[in-house]
Amino acid sequence: MIISIASGKGGTGKTTVATNMAVSLGSDVQLLDCDVEEPNAHLFMNPEIDKMETAYTLIPEIDEDKCTFCKKCAEICRFKAIAVVSKTVLTFPELCHSCGGCVVVCPENAVTEAKRELGVVEQGSSGKVKFVHGRLRVGEAMSPPLIKKVRSHIRPDIINIIDAPPGTSCPVIAAMKDTDFVLMVTEPTPFGLHDLTLGVEAVKLLNIPCGLVINRSDIGNKDVWDYAEKENLPILLEIPFDRRIAEAYSRGKMIVDEMPEWKDKFIELYNHIKNLVKREKN
Amino acid sequence: MKELVILSGKGGTGKTSLTAEFAAISDNRVLCDADVDAADLHLLMNPDIKQRTDFKGGGLAVINSDKCTECGLCIDLCRFDAIKDDFEVNEVECEGCGVCVDLCPEKAIDFPVKTCGEWYISDTRFGPMVHARLGIAEENSGKLVALVRQESRKLAEAKNMDMIITDGPPGVGCPVIASIGGSTSLLIVTEPTVSGIHDMKRVIELAGHFKVPAMVCVNKYDLNPKQTQAIEQMVRNMDVTFLGKIPFDPVFTKSMVQGKTIFEYDKESSTRQFVKNIWDGIMASPEMNQL
Repeated sequence: MIISIASGKGGTGKTTVATNMAVSLGSDVQLLDCDVEEPNAHLFMNPEIDKMETAYTLIPEIDEDKCTFCKKCAEICRFKAIAVVSKTVLTFPELCHSCGGCVVVCPENAVTEAKRELGVVEQGSSGKVKFVHGRLRVGEAMSPPLIKKVRSHIRPDIINIIDAPPGTSCPVIAAMKDTDFVLMVTEPTPFGLHDLTLGVEAVKLLNIPCGLVINRSDIGNKDVWDYAEKENLPILLEIPFDRRIAEAYSRGKMIVDEMPEWKDKFIELYNHIKNLVKREKN
Repeated sequence: MKELVILSGKGGTGKTSLTAEFAAISDNRVLCDADVDAADLHLLMNPDIKQRTDFKGGGLAVINSDKCTECGLCIDLCRFDAIKDDFEVNEVECEGCGVCVDLCPEKAIDFPVKTCGEWYISDTRFGPMVHARLGIAEENSGKLVALVRQESRKLAEAKNMDMIITDGPPGVGCPVIASIGGSTSLLIVTEPTVSGIHDMKRVIELAGHFKVPAMVCVNKYDLNPKQTQAIEQMVRNMDVTFLGKIPFDPVFTKSMVQGKTIFEYDKESSTRQFVKNIWDGIMASPEMNQL
């Protein structure tokens, strides 16, 4: 089972839902924080990290002794990562998408591949909950390849909960695609609803079943309920605004730490998702 | 031309709300929404769109089945697993690198330029605004961010305005990097939470990396006054200007529901003074007034 938790808008409570659900389930569960630009789940789960690996992507390296300055590498590169200026080849590694076109097209075998650091992937556990996250190197622009590395740790035998980044573009797609269910966390405000609408469009494109959590459910207005009804999206949990939750969050405490009665609600949330996924598969 | 770019790292700290408030209390500037992925500023600005232009992103590989001999070279070459055994290109996976297009022995792959979104020049009750909408699941958000910023600059020059206020995206990746190059200063809006602090530090580090001066303010400060104090200390130790704080106030949500700023919605709100102090601090800061 793979559940991704997304939102469109940032700060609606993705990490809160992901961590509380993982901890409530307790065992046979893994949390994968794919918000690699700003990973926050570890601040609440305090995992013991037992394995850390640096993740790389490939960038071209030119052997100028072999190079005849034919410009084929610069011509194939759609990302302007290689330029040939008279008898010099300039590379711009930060623009490279690692497609490997320059390597294949060079008639002199003068292009080989070196590494650019994307960031790190750390693995560990918090109690019986397994934990993986990626941390993008500050200054690195491309998060999808690092998200893929985090996702390579998905285990088919247990429950995998993916904490996705905000937005609707490539990093979110990299986190949500090929998951069994997308849980969208929203808040009932105009910003929350607007970005939820975009997020749901992205989920539809990927053809994944989807349900909602409405966080701070007593602020704003009722438009999100109307939207959910119109789109036939099940509302699986409502979390009212509670200053105790907000204050606990500010200190890195989870809802289930502060108010243990919420544990059953998060387990129920998971069971609800499990049933929806089962129904979808039949 | 001065440009203030509003960032946070963490989403939901109040970037867009503050941008709108600043719009309400300033003049002679262009508003720019650079959060093209999940743009929200228009919900408060109610823009009257004057000019609408397609945003052309990169190419997308399309296999012409009449010419294709199913030799499989494209499948072997594609590093993004975008071509499956049925010789159909998966649009979501295709990175637009064009390697298959150039190397197909039958020249059977087309590479049409994709329209990835739209960008707009609008009038608002607070003056001109440049904004955009990136298509769902599209790449090239950095390119569109760079475009709306460049168009904001052109518009400001044409209208003889001396400043741009840019509402930035969350995170520290591609669209954020595209938001900060060449700007005058960053305003980082954080909140007194462990995640707010964690993410703020990474944006400060990014600002340092690209040598753009940053300033910090704390929103919802009274959710944890102790943590707010710690942020103030931490920021000063990093040699970053601390501009002040804003209380947690439901007036922001209430006015948002009405599509208004707090300056329009509630003339009595004491929170207005906190916002005003931060804006005055920005305008008087050495960061915004460097030559």
